Amino acid sequence: MAKEVKKEFIRLRNVSKHYPMGDSVVKALSHLEFKVYEGEFVAIMGPSGSGKSTAMNLVGSLDMPTFGTIYLDDADISELSESDLAQIRGKKIGFIFQSFNLIPNLTVKENVMLPMMFQGTSVEERAGRAEELLKLVELHDRMDHYPGEISGGQMQRVAIARSLANDPEVILADEPTGNLDTKTGDIVMHFLEKLNKQGKTIIMVTHDPDLAEEYADVVYWLLDGKLEKVTKRVGSRFIDVTKKKKKEAALNGVPSKKGTKVPIKSGKSNGVK
Amino acid sequence: MNLDYLILALKNLRHRGIRSWLTLLGIFIGVTAVVALIGLGNGLQAAVSAQFGISSTEIITVQAGGLNAYGPPGSGVVNSLTKDDARAIENIGSVNRVLPRYIQTGKLEFNDRVIFGFASNVPRGDDADFMYEVNDLEIDKGRMLGGSDSNKVVLGANFFVDKVGLEKEVVLGDNVLVQDKSFRVVGILKKKGSFVWDSIVLMDQVALEDLFDTGDDVDVIVAHIKDPDLMDRAAEDIAKLLRKRRDVDEGEEDFEVSTPEATMETVNSILGGVQAFIIIIASISILVGALGIVNTMTTSVLERKKEIGIMKAIGGTNWQIFMQFFFESGLLGLIGGLVGAVLGTLISVAGVAGINSFLGSDMTPVVDFMLIGMALFGSFMIGAIAGIVPAMSAAKQNPVEALRG
Repeated sequence: MAKEVKKEFIRLRNVSKHYPMGDSVVKALSHLEFKVYEGEFVAIMGPSGSGKSTAMNLVGSLDMPTFGTIYLDDADISELSESDLAQIRGKKIGFIFQSFNLIPNLTVKENVMLPMMFQGTSVEERAGRAEELLKLVELHDRMDHYPGEISGGQMQRVAIARSLANDPEVILADEPTGNLDTKTGDIVMHFLEKLNKQGKTIIMVTHDPDLAEEYADVVYWLLDGKLEKVTKRVGSRFIDVTKKKKKEAALNGVPSKKGTKVPIKSGKSNGVK
Repeated sequence: MNLDYLILALKNLRHRGIRSWLTLLGIFIGVTAVVALIGLGNGLQAAVSAQFGISSTEIITVQAGGLNAYGPPGSGVVNSLTKDDARAIENIGSVNRVLPRYIQTGKLEFNDRVIFGFASNVPRGDDADFMYEVNDLEIDKGRMLGGSDSNKVVLGANFFVDKVGLEKEVVLGDNVLVQDKSFRVVGILKKKGSFVWDSIVLMDQVALEDLFDTGDDVDVIVAHIKDPDLMDRAAEDIAKLLRKRRDVDEGEEDFEVSTPEATMETVNSILGGVQAFIIIIASISILVGALGIVNTMTTSVLERKKEIGIMKAIGGTNWQIFMQFFFESGLLGLIGGLVGAVLGTLISVAGVAGINSFLGSDMTPVVDFMLIGMALFGSFMIGAIAGIVPAMSAAKQNPVEALRG
């Protein structure tokens, strides 16, 4: 299905994240170039320790890079105050976590209402929207239950509803099926796919290459804290666009260092799935 | 918006473990102590005032003894006051008039039972009404004593209400034997809240003097002063006169001159001392309670680190997270205060009932809503202040680290 690709929403420019550990420094992520266009389904793929969680934290503006710049909707996030950043995050990004991360003391409905409370939405509006969203994920009959009283798959659907509370532009899903069995994982992925078809940008972090290639338009492959390659869906198969870009860059005389300093342009024809 | 934090804080408190509630004991005990004892103190003060039984502020009472001011008047006194003393006091310029008062202990017989109690005099003429007024006495049944009532009595309310050990209430028209002499009951006094007055036997002054053979002695001299502004001056003059008449030096008086104000001051200073002591103990308790809240909130921030991370991820600002923990902490304090205020009020009501049954008084318990309101506001503030540091540490959590839990 053809999707109209719109403006660039998130961009990481030459981003590195280093953690001091005793006397040494752990380079969790080095020279990452990453961009997401509105309406895309992007996967960040990598095995354990590849830096994908670090990448997700940076993309979700939960963390600041040691080097490099992150643009969220064209604004450099390092220039925003922590509170402004929280507000923007709450408004523009919806998070879905592997371990669901629902607040146990709040009911399903209250969990969905919470992001709206942080945005100052009125109680009536919050309640109405939460009910609407829970209907969307087919959990309106579980609204007054506590997270401890529903199944893992249901919790993840609540998390999806919560991520949509403020009608964000992008959904950031960190291993959304990681704690679920195949069947419930499929249901959750079905919801994400549906949302993407409705125009939401989805960024999914996963260690499962099959899952990445089944749903995503673009896959960023990370290994040992570095970007190994970027693949894009063309028709029914994925092509490695990293080499192409490197080649283009070389032809244009731009120095390339292991592909990490080469700007990767997705191009307008990449929204085909 | 603030209401949201309050609701959220309440929801979180609902899921608190017993440990959190136990840390409230300090606040709870402190507030209970303050509310109960201030309530009791007010009750006690009113009860003590009623015991003195004097409503007018222009009255000075003089009694012999000096060291025995709060015992039954005139008891154990060697060197009694005399009628001459009373006349001499009446001649002081600031004194309007003087009433010699007798409060005698004697036996009363009725319904084949014998009890011992107090008898007091009703002076003749105008002085009778003055005596009733000064002592705030009102008739409940029948009538007061008049000029020719030498073989009649008016009894305190307890004779009718409690039967005072006679196992049968005394009613108007009954005859009672006082010191083996028969008197007819013509009136019952209204309940006054004072053990002495509610058990009193009032009789004509001349009859009492004969019956108890008082001679020249009087138990108490009540002096009515012309102007309230002259009270201190008059008290001084009376003391000076009596020192001279009884030949004692200043500071070694064998009599006591007291104004209602001075009496209340003494009572208040004793009660004030007790209350100050209680308030110090309550403050220590509340301080311990506040530290308990600091402790429980700090633990809570650590335990709910992941929750803080989630809230930050879904858009909670530092201020919003601070406010949530701040309100939660304030509510913890408020709940401690609320339980304390309820229990404290119950204790003070029970205490007043205790005072009533012990002193035979008729106090209605005073529920001081202002005090309760202040205690509740104070507990919320103590909780909230105790929560500031933990709430700040919650707000400052790094979202990524917090999400790791």
